[in-house]
Amino acid sequence: MDFMVFQYPMISVQACLDGILLGILFALIAYGMALQWGVMNIINIAQGDLVILGGYIAYFMYLYGIHPAWGVIVAPIIMYFVGVGLYKLVINKVVDRDLFISILATFGISILFMQLMNFAFGADVVLANSGYGTTFLFDSAVVLPNSKIFSAFISILFAICLVIYMKKSKLGRAIRATAQNARAAKILGVDTEKVYAATFGINAALCGVAGALISITFTIHPYMGLPYTIRSFMIVIVAGLGNLPGVALSGMGLGVFEEFADYILGTEFRIGAVFLLLVLILVYRRFKLSRKREYLK
Amino acid sequence: MKITKIILSFVSALAILLSSSVTSFAKVVGDKIILGSAISLTGKYSSNGVHTQNGYNMAVDRINSMGGVKVGGKTYKFEIIYYDDESNPKRAAQLAERLISQDGVEFMLGPYSSGLTKAIAPVTEKYGVPMVEANGASRSLFTKGYKYLFAVLAPANLYLDVAIRTAVELNGGKGVRIAQAFEQDAFSQDVRLGILDAAKETGSEIIIDDKLPKELNDMAATLVKVKQMKPDVLVVSGHTKGALTAIRQIAEMKVDVPMLAMTHCDAAKLSKQHGKNSQYALCASQWHKTLTYKDDFFKDGMTYAADFTNEFGYDPPYQAAESSAALLVFKDAFERANSFDQKKVRDALAATNMQTFYGNIKFAPGGQNVDKPMVLFQVMCDGAGKCENKVVAPLKWASAELIHPVPKWSER
Repeated sequence: MDFMVFQYPMISVQACLDGILLGILFALIAYGMALQWGVMNIINIAQGDLVILGGYIAYFMYLYGIHPAWGVIVAPIIMYFVGVGLYKLVINKVVDRDLFISILATFGISILFMQLMNFAFGADVVLANSGYGTTFLFDSAVVLPNSKIFSAFISILFAICLVIYMKKSKLGRAIRATAQNARAAKILGVDTEKVYAATFGINAALCGVAGALISITFTIHPYMGLPYTIRSFMIVIVAGLGNLPGVALSGMGLGVFEEFADYILGTEFRIGAVFLLLVLILVYRRFKLSRKREYLK
Repeated sequence: MKITKIILSFVSALAILLSSSVTSFAKVVGDKIILGSAISLTGKYSSNGVHTQNGYNMAVDRINSMGGVKVGGKTYKFEIIYYDDESNPKRAAQLAERLISQDGVEFMLGPYSSGLTKAIAPVTEKYGVPMVEANGASRSLFTKGYKYLFAVLAPANLYLDVAIRTAVELNGGKGVRIAQAFEQDAFSQDVRLGILDAAKETGSEIIIDDKLPKELNDMAATLVKVKQMKPDVLVVSGHTKGALTAIRQIAEMKVDVPMLAMTHCDAAKLSKQHGKNSQYALCASQWHKTLTYKDDFFKDGMTYAADFTNEFGYDPPYQAAESSAALLVFKDAFERANSFDQKKVRDALAATNMQTFYGNIKFAPGGQNVDKPMVLFQVMCDGAGKCENKVVAPLKWASAELIHPVPKWSER
């Protein structure tokens, strides 16, 4: 235990800002997960691996001399097609089955993706340099890498675009209709098969954006996907499906929680603290549900 | 029915007999000495596994083409059976069993990484198979009393010991304040123990002692603490991920620290790919091509590096050099033992005292090489932004003078 973070107020400010910027990025991944969970009733364990794959796209652009920031445009386009392909190959066979089957199927996809990425790109840890420099606040007591600010900004931009798209476009409306009631939507002429494919594609595209941002801000590695899956799963559980402000808020909350856990418990417990929080939330939810059930009885 | 059963059992008995009679000669077939190695060709260690394999192969070709191994007046050639251990310790132990009990291998070369060597060592020990390994530096390998394990490299606790001692020396012999962040794996924890020992002996104080989990790619919290506490030395060890994360975030957060000491800089390609961001970082290395050790097969470090680049198309990292050295050790031991008896070869290995292009090799009773100090190099960049690793310690081999303290970011 180390309470240094409270002794120096500027460290608390730093932790909060770092956490919020990080959380916005998590929220983007979680939003993709919430979307497909809500529409298709699928929990995608391979979410984090899609993120890492997006990161590799930006990394390879960087390797060939293109600025990795362009990855936030290229990665989602490629990842959209990866997502649609994945849907056509595997997901369409599990979409109507129960949740357990889809978890198993996406778990398999996750392992496959990890191994394929390792095979194709090698086991080295890589990163893409953006050369964005640094912002100093409060007489340089707080330091924010511009790459983090850029990531948060792009994440917000994509989230806003997506919300507008969902509200205004024909496909967006079809997706929302399918989420509400797939059978009714089908009867009313919505091609749910197409909607599902598009939803999975959009989710993969969001992962692609997030991955490109992660390669600019942090590092990527074929086996680094799972923590992102867990974080987005947790954010969705806390926020609930189809609740974008909730996802954004709980994403930022998680980011700040992680930063403070890092300072107080030590870096080694950072990811552990996230897992612990997940367990606590699940237990709490169950407890709340069972109380409600008793009440109904 | 009965007859077919009897025939079947006869056939299978014959098969077993045949296979066992084949294996009992497998260690040396004709003029070949067959060595076995489980190596990480896939999985998370695959890049370093390939460096190791390239190092082994290069030495095999070189020794074979320069006359091979002379035992009992006859000339033998090396050959290696490789299996892919998928970077998985359990698989590595199974493969070691298979190499020894099915393929009849009687001499082994090590895998990549301390973790996998730890998995294999009990197996080779059980069968009394001498193993020369080049990529397991964890101190715990050498404290278990293994009799058949020999490592050509210096143990992990010595990796950054030199850095702390140098910092103390530059501080006028007074202790320094150390901040450290280590991954939670066998190797990095041993590096950490080495730092703790050095700190104790020099009267230095450890003011930040962070542990990095293996999934981590963000160490901003540690660096904020470093900014606040202003230590004299920052030590980071967490394989390539640790090195890359540290370099990226130190540069982005403009963390000023007089000395930054790390491991795995060349595996992370710091000077080549991250240029000025990695400038002034001090890195521990088992070997550097500019060292002036010599042998008859590879001549010296520079020649080895040139030949290796010629054959494999990249500069040899120290993982490749130490792997090549392992075969030179085996050759030397076979010739001194003048026999293929495992006990005799083991005793000859234990008595090794030789120089290779990679360094002097002499084994302590625990199996670690005690005759080869670690070197420290510093990433130095010229005006055009081209960066290179230059050896700065020990002074005997230094090709450049250590730049200390590291200039502040605002002055670069």
